[in-house]
Amino acid sequence: MATDAAITVTSSAAAALPGPLRAFWNAFRENRGAVMGLVVVTVIIVVAVVAEVITPYNPLEQYRAFTKLPPAFVEGGNWNYILGTDALGRDMLSRLMVGARISLFIGFSVMVVSMVFGVLLGLLAARLGGLVDVVILRMMDLIMSIPSLVLAILIIAIIGPNLTNTIVAVTVVGLPKYVRLMRASAMTELTKDYVTAAKVAGVGNFRLMTVTVLPNCLAPLIVQAALGISDAILEAAGLGFLGLGAQPPTPEWGAMLADSREFITAAPWIMASPGLAILITVLSINLMGDGLRDALDPRLRRS
Amino acid sequence: MFRFLLKRLALTLPTFFALMVITFMMIRLVPGDPIEVRRGERGISPERLAELRHEMGLDQPVWKQFADYAWGLMHGDFGTSIISKTPVINEFLTLFPATLELAFCAMLFAIILGIPAGVIAASRRGGVYDQTLMGLALTGYSMPIFWWGLMLILLMSNTLQLTPVSGRIDLVKYYFEPVTGFMLIDAALSGQKGAVLDAARHLVLPTIVLGTVPLAVIARMTRSAMLEVLEEDYIRTARAKGLAVWRVIGLHALRNALIPVVTVIGLSIGGLLAGAVLTETIFSWPGVGKWLIESIGRRDYPALQGGIMLISTMVIVVNLIVDLLYGLINPRIRHGH
Repeated sequence: MATDAAITVTSSAAAALPGPLRAFWNAFRENRGAVMGLVVVTVIIVVAVVAEVITPYNPLEQYRAFTKLPPAFVEGGNWNYILGTDALGRDMLSRLMVGARISLFIGFSVMVVSMVFGVLLGLLAARLGGLVDVVILRMMDLIMSIPSLVLAILIIAIIGPNLTNTIVAVTVVGLPKYVRLMRASAMTELTKDYVTAAKVAGVGNFRLMTVTVLPNCLAPLIVQAALGISDAILEAAGLGFLGLGAQPPTPEWGAMLADSREFITAAPWIMASPGLAILITVLSINLMGDGLRDALDPRLRRS
Repeated sequence: MFRFLLKRLALTLPTFFALMVITFMMIRLVPGDPIEVRRGERGISPERLAELRHEMGLDQPVWKQFADYAWGLMHGDFGTSIISKTPVINEFLTLFPATLELAFCAMLFAIILGIPAGVIAASRRGGVYDQTLMGLALTGYSMPIFWWGLMLILLMSNTLQLTPVSGRIDLVKYYFEPVTGFMLIDAALSGQKGAVLDAARHLVLPTIVLGTVPLAVIARMTRSAMLEVLEEDYIRTARAKGLAVWRVIGLHALRNALIPVVTVIGLSIGGLLAGAVLTETIFSWPGVGKWLIESIGRRDYPALQGGIMLISTMVIVVNLIVDLLYGLINPRIRHGH
């Protein structure tokens, strides 16, 4: 019900949108999975933003009388704790909601930082070429030659495990994708006539790359940004699970999973729900990303 | 071909050099005194400290230290673990077969299921099979594999009692000296009854967990490669001359669609090793991934340094081989630039 309402609201808004955006929305709307992903992602974002207001309990408060309570819809559950409580009696629902904020915060931070550095390095490599290009490309090759999680572990070993450092490590690991994509699309654009025209008209280097070339490279970058968020969330959860990410009692989903491992038989729901939250979030973002790619890149849509 | 090989090798060398610099710097950047970190000793006398510094070459200028480090690496000296006091390379080589066995089985699992899934999805494009398979593939791709492993343990081991929870073989029932390091082969060689089956049962869940993401990637890649190939003229010709549909798809189309799929398989080796860290941790699988994580816990930085150097070198070499093979299959790459 809520899903339908959300779709009709946005589609009626789309009718008033100008040309390109409307064309994009129409193409995006064709993909049912993508729309579903968008709706779920929107819900998760809303929950994350207002988490502090809507959480039934303080996620760190321990209700010692109610430890390892199963979810309300299971026998022995209590409607006061809808998704049950963990081994220390903390409310699972509240923890998951705040966890959504942490995971999305990591995902968006990593994406924004990667985007800034990726665009900068990619444009530099594409425009300047020569030694700059070689050095940037070799650096990216180096990063990619170390398995992602292993590199993240190496970085964490040096700078220490916490939430900020998780963002640093995951950003470094994911950066090559952004740089290579930006460089490749910028180089393709640079060979086109409109760029030559701009150069002849006397446009300076900075303006040429940012105002002339960059907007034409945006489509693949937007898709990469969406998929980059889900990659970052997964990677950060993996680090959290290994004890190298956010530290307890922070209700980060990966760390919550690691905490609950020993109760796998006695209280499986403590373990099941954080993982399910990661899966649903990442899957929705990926669904949306696939839809974005189909809608933004007509060449790929046909294949 | 020879020129292509030289060119690729020349591109690899700077990467390798930078890797040496980074691992060299790492041990100096880690918080704490290098002596304490390396020796695990605290409050030692100044004489002993100077002696240790000299012993480890820390009184040398930095460039000399780096040259020594690089020289050691070239000669197979990857440092010494401060916990076990054995060379890192030895520890690595003892544990690596376990990781290799797991990675190999996971890849096999992913290929055997992924390619047919992609072919079916492509040949039934837009249909129920296509949508279901691709929905599953995207779910697999989005899977936090550490959670997936725990859920499989919960279902298969705890509830259904079908598979063991951890390890490579039941050490109480079966004991034999490792010959190859590959448990399945060693179990077969030992001739003990039921050993192979027990090793296989231990291998099932880790294989599925580690193979899930590659499976999804291969299925998606196969599908899109097949869709591209199916639009080619020679496919239409093959159909027009009256060949059976399965023959056209299985023989003419698949063979050509496999080239990008093979590349994806080769390039996912690095990802497989990253996944192995999580998989081995969940299943207490005694491989290099679990060892790396434990090295951090024990603050055994030389082991971590050597391990990362070894794993990355391996990934670089594998990627180089994949590139060369690809150049061999596809002359356009070789002569391209």
